[in-house]
Amino acid sequence: MVKPTKVTNSIRTLREGAGLTQVELAKRIGVTRQTLIAIEQGKYSPTLELAFQIARVFGLGLDDVFQYPKGES
Amino acid sequence: MVYEERNTWVGLIVSLVAMAVYVIVVLQQAGGGPLTDVVWWPIMLWTIGLSIVASIVASILWGILAGMRDPDGVGKSDMRDRDIARMGSRVGQAFMVIAGLGVIVLCAFEADWFWIANTMFFGFFLTAFLGGIASVIAYRRGMV
Repeated sequence: MVKPTKVTNSIRTLREGAGLTQVELAKRIGVTRQTLIAIEQGKYSPTLELAFQIARVFGLGLDDVFQYPKGES
Repeated sequence: MVYEERNTWVGLIVSLVAMAVYVIVVLQQAGGGPLTDVVWWPIMLWTIGLSIVASIVASILWGILAGMRDPDGVGKSDMRDRDIARMGSRVGQAFMVIAGLGVIVLCAFEADWFWIANTMFFGFFLTAFLGGIASVIAYRRGMV
């Protein structure tokens, strides 16, 4: 059984707000559409570098795109 | 389905079919007699050779079919593919080590060459098959 990540993200909301399709965003960050889907659904944790690239597409900081529950260390 | 996932499925199916064919041919050759009398090595080498060819051909054909539907996605792989491939290899390697230890034990007991070679061969199969299963699960269910 795959242990779910505690990291959540707002990529889907941000992407739809920016009027980007999964294909377009995937192309901009240099991954396949399937990988972007996996990241959006929390089934794959992106590398720190990829996380920065995603945040940069939306002109936001990491904390605005990815969330981690408070009190967790 | 991405390029690397297709290749994983091809490897999985081919290794399963190859192993089944190998076991059937060896049992047929034995004809109810002792397995150690079977001239196993040509069957084994043909199985390995043909499964490599079958993997390449199946991968190309599936790639052509997938390319008709999604020309942009053909041959593309990224960090998720690499992470999954690495995890699959790690899972598979454990069985290679077990098979290697089995070979050492069989050699220590001077077992027939048939059992020594086939233990290693079965180890190759388990490595490919279970590593592939782990990769497919990671593709379908996720890897975090």
